[in-house]
Amino acid sequence: MRNLRNLSQDKLAMASLSFIVVMIAAGVLAPLFAPHDPEEVNMKLRYASASWSYLLGNDHLGRCVLSRLIYGIRPSVLWVLVALLASVLLGAIVGFISGYFKGKTDAILMRVCDIMLSFPGYVMTLAVVGILGAGLENILIAFVVMKWAWFARVIRTSVMQYSEMDYVKFARASGVSHLRIIHKHIVPVTFSDIAVISSSSICSMILQISGLSFLGLGVQAPQAEWGMMLNEAREVMFSRPELMLAPGLAIVLVVSAFNFLSDALQVALDPKLMTSKPGGKLRGRKRGEQVAYEYIGS
Amino acid sequence: MGSFIVKRILLAIPLLLIISFLTFVLINLSPLDPAVVVLQAQEVPQITDELVTQTKAELGMDQPFLIQYGNWLLACLQLDFGESYVTGNSVWSMIGPAFVNTLKLTLISSVFIILFSILLGVVCAMREGKTMDKSVRGFSFLLTAIPSYWLAAMLIWYFSVKLDLLPTSGMDSAQSYILPVIVITVSYVGIYFRSVRSSMLNNLNEDYVLYARASGIPERKVTLHILRNSLQVSVSIFCMAIPIVLGSTVVIENVFAWPGLGRLSVRSILSRDFPIIQAYVLILAVTFVLFNTLSDIVNAALNPKLRKEFE
Amino acid sequence: MNILEVEQLRIWDALTEEVIVHNSSFQLKQGQCLAIVGESGSGKSMTCRSIMRLNKPAIRQSGRILFQGEDLNKLTEQEMRKRRGRNLCMILQNGMGAFDPSCVIGVHLRETLQAHYGWNAKEVEKNMKSAMERVMLRNPVDIMNQYPHQLSGGMLQRIMIALALVLEPDVIIADEPTTALDTISQYEVVEQLIQLRKRMGCSMIFISHDLGVVRKIADDVLVMKDGHIVESGSIHSVFSKPQHPYTQFLVSTRRELSNHFRQLMQEEQHIAKR
Repeated sequence: MRNLRNLSQDKLAMASLSFIVVMIAAGVLAPLFAPHDPEEVNMKLRYASASWSYLLGNDHLGRCVLSRLIYGIRPSVLWVLVALLASVLLGAIVGFISGYFKGKTDAILMRVCDIMLSFPGYVMTLAVVGILGAGLENILIAFVVMKWAWFARVIRTSVMQYSEMDYVKFARASGVSHLRIIHKHIVPVTFSDIAVISSSSICSMILQISGLSFLGLGVQAPQAEWGMMLNEAREVMFSRPELMLAPGLAIVLVVSAFNFLSDALQVALDPKLMTSKPGGKLRGRKRGEQVAYEYIGS
Repeated sequence: MGSFIVKRILLAIPLLLIISFLTFVLINLSPLDPAVVVLQAQEVPQITDELVTQTKAELGMDQPFLIQYGNWLLACLQLDFGESYVTGNSVWSMIGPAFVNTLKLTLISSVFIILFSILLGVVCAMREGKTMDKSVRGFSFLLTAIPSYWLAAMLIWYFSVKLDLLPTSGMDSAQSYILPVIVITVSYVGIYFRSVRSSMLNNLNEDYVLYARASGIPERKVTLHILRNSLQVSVSIFCMAIPIVLGSTVVIENVFAWPGLGRLSVRSILSRDFPIIQAYVLILAVTFVLFNTLSDIVNAALNPKLRKEFE
Repeated sequence: MNILEVEQLRIWDALTEEVIVHNSSFQLKQGQCLAIVGESGSGKSMTCRSIMRLNKPAIRQSGRILFQGEDLNKLTEQEMRKRRGRNLCMILQNGMGAFDPSCVIGVHLRETLQAHYGWNAKEVEKNMKSAMERVMLRNPVDIMNQYPHQLSGGMLQRIMIALALVLEPDVIIADEPTTALDTISQYEVVEQLIQLRKRMGCSMIFISHDLGVVRKIADDVLVMKDGHIVESGSIHSVFSKPQHPYTQFLVSTRRELSNHFRQLMQEEQHIAKR
C-alpha cells in the first residue's frame, strides 16, 4: 500500500514501530527473554544495584527488576492491547449499525452512547472496579465498558460520511445485501480512521491502566506490572529512589513510541495532512494535534 | 438566548434521572450480595442466611426495586446518601469535606491550566514553525507520555526529600498545594494548549483576517478578533476540563495523601464500601452533566449560530 | 497615466522553494479596469495579495510595485497599513467568510472607518446608510446589526462594495467577486461594480475565470497560466484575436458554450412561435 510506504519514510515512526514489535515479542516470549523468574524472592539481594547477572538490579524483595519488567509487558501492554481491541470491536459494531442504518436504530444507539459518555471516564472505571473488585480482568472490563461508547460515536461519524457516497447508494439500488456493502465498501475506507483513533487511544489506556495498578486496584501482588512496580518502589522512595527509574522509564518509552507511531500513522493515512514533499519540513507541523482530542475525552 | 438556556437545562434533567438510575443499578450488578458485603465489613464472624435476611430488611433491600430507587433518589436530593458500610458514618459527612478538598485542588489547578494553555497556545500559533513552537510541542509530547504519579513521586523526592523545601504530603499549608498543582497542571497543559494552538492557526488562515487587514484595520484589533474566535472553541473544552480534572485527581491524591475524593474512593473500592462508591459516582456524573450544560450555554452565548438549533 | 505598475514580480514559497509567480509585469491605467483571467492555481489571487502585501509569512515576493510612483514593496508595515483600505481596497470572493462570524457586520465597518477617518458610530452609520442604499440594500441599519451567517452571499458582496464607496480608494481589487454567487446575484454585483467605477472613477483589477463577466466589465485583460502572464491587451483584441494557444483555448471553449446556449434559445423561440 502506498500509505505504508509513506509511513516507512518517517524514520521516527519506523524506530517506534520496531521498538514496539520487539517489546511485544519480548512480552509474549517472556519466559525466553527474561533472565530470571520474576517472582523469585531472594532476600540476600535486596536493593542490590546492577550486576552482570541482574542487569537492572533487584527490588525490595530481591527480585530481578529486568525480569519483572519483561514479564510486566504482558499486563501493562499486551492485555491493554486486547482490551483496546475488544473495545474497538464493540464500538465498531455499534458504530457501523448506527451509522449505516441511521433512523431510529441510530437515534436509540446514540442516546445510549451519550448516557455512557456522560459518566467521566475515570469515574466509570472506578465504579466498575468498585463493584467487581480489584484485579486485572476487572480493570480491563472496566476499560472496555468505558471506552466502547466513545469509539462507537467516532466510528459512526466516519461511517455516516462514507455511507452517503454515491457508490453505496448505487450498490443498494442494485440489490446488494447490507452486510456485503458494509464488508466490501465501508469497512476498507473507515479502516484508516479506526486505525488512527485506536492507536491514539493506546497511550492513554496504558497510562490509565498502569495508574490503576499503581493504586493497587489492578494486578495483585506478586504478579509483575509496571504500575504496581512503581507503587512498590514508592514505598521505599525516600531511601531507594532508584527503584522508580526502570518501570517509569519503561512506561515513558512505550507511550512515546505509540505516540509517534499513531501520529505518523495519522499523517500517512490522511492525504490532506501530507504535502508534496513527504518527510519534508511541513509534515512535522501536524504532529501531535489530533492526539489532543483523545486525551481530553478520557 | 434566555429560551435557549431554559431549553438546554430542561434537556439535562432526563439525562440526570437516567444517570441516577444507572448509578443505583450499579450496586446491584455486583456479584456479591450487598447485604453480605455489609456483614463482611462489619466483621461478623458467621454469616448465616437469617442474618442476611435481617440485614436486608434493615437496609430496606427487600422492597420492590423501583420503590428502593425512589426512596434512594429522594434521600439523595436531600444529600442523604446513606451510611458507610465500613465506618457507619453518614456518607455525606465523609464525602462532603473530601469533595471540598478535591474541589480546591481542582479549581486552583484549572486556573493554571487554562492560563498556561492559552498563553502557550497563542504564542506557539503566532510563532508557528519556529524554534519556540517546535520545542514546546516536542517537550509537551514527552510530558504527556510521563505518568503523572511518576512525575509526582520524582518531584516529591527532589523537592521534599533532597531539598527539603516543600511538604511531602497532606493538605496542611498553602505550600502543600504547590507540588500537586504543578503535577496536575503539567499533565493537562500539554494537551489543552495544542487545541488552543490549532484553533488559532485555523483562524489565522481565515478570510476575515485577510479582509480585516485589507481594509486597513489596525493589527491589534485584528488580533482581538482572532483571539475571540479561537478561544471560543477552547472555552467549551476548558469548561469540560474542570470536571475531568475533578475526576482524575485520584492518582495524584494518593501520591500526595491529599484528603480528597480520590483517596476516599480508592479506599472505598478496596473495602467494598458500596454507598460511598455509589455517592461518588453520582456526584461526579452529575457534576459532569452540569458542566456539559454550562459549556453548551457559554458556547451558544459566544457563537450565535448555535442558538439556531433551539429557536 | 499608470496608477499601478508591477515590474518583475516574483512570488515564491519559502518552505518548499516552489515559485508561484514568475517575473510578471503589468500596468493598470488610471480609471481603467484590468481583468486577470486564468484557471485556479494560475497565481491570480497571489498576485493581487502581493500588491496588498497580504500573503502568508511563508510566501515571499520580490520586484517593484509602483503605486502612484511609490514602491509598495519598500514601505514599512505601518505605512502599508495606512494605504490598505484607503487607497487600495479589496473585495473578496466569499462574502460569508470575509466578516468575523462572531461579530455583527457593523463592527467591521466601524473599525475600518474609524481607522481611516476617525468617525464615531453615528457618523459611520450615516455614511454607510447612504452607501448601502446606493447598492440597493434595503434596511441598511438592520443589516449592520446582523451576523454574517444571517445574510446572503450577494448581500455581503454588496456590503463590501458599499464600504468601498465610502472609502473612495484609488484602486479596487476584486478577487473573483462573482464566483460564489448565483447568476442573478452575479448580474447585480457586476452592475454595482460598473456603477461604482462610473461614480468614483477609480481603477479596478478584476480577477475571474468567467470570461463572460470579464467581457462586460473590463477594458484590458491579462491571461495567466501557471504563474506566467501568457497574454495581455485590450479586451477587444485579446478576445477577437487571441495570440497564445492557451487564450485561444479559453476563448473558443467559452464561445462554444455561448453558441450552444444561443442555439437552444433560438430553438425555444421557434417552438414558442408555433
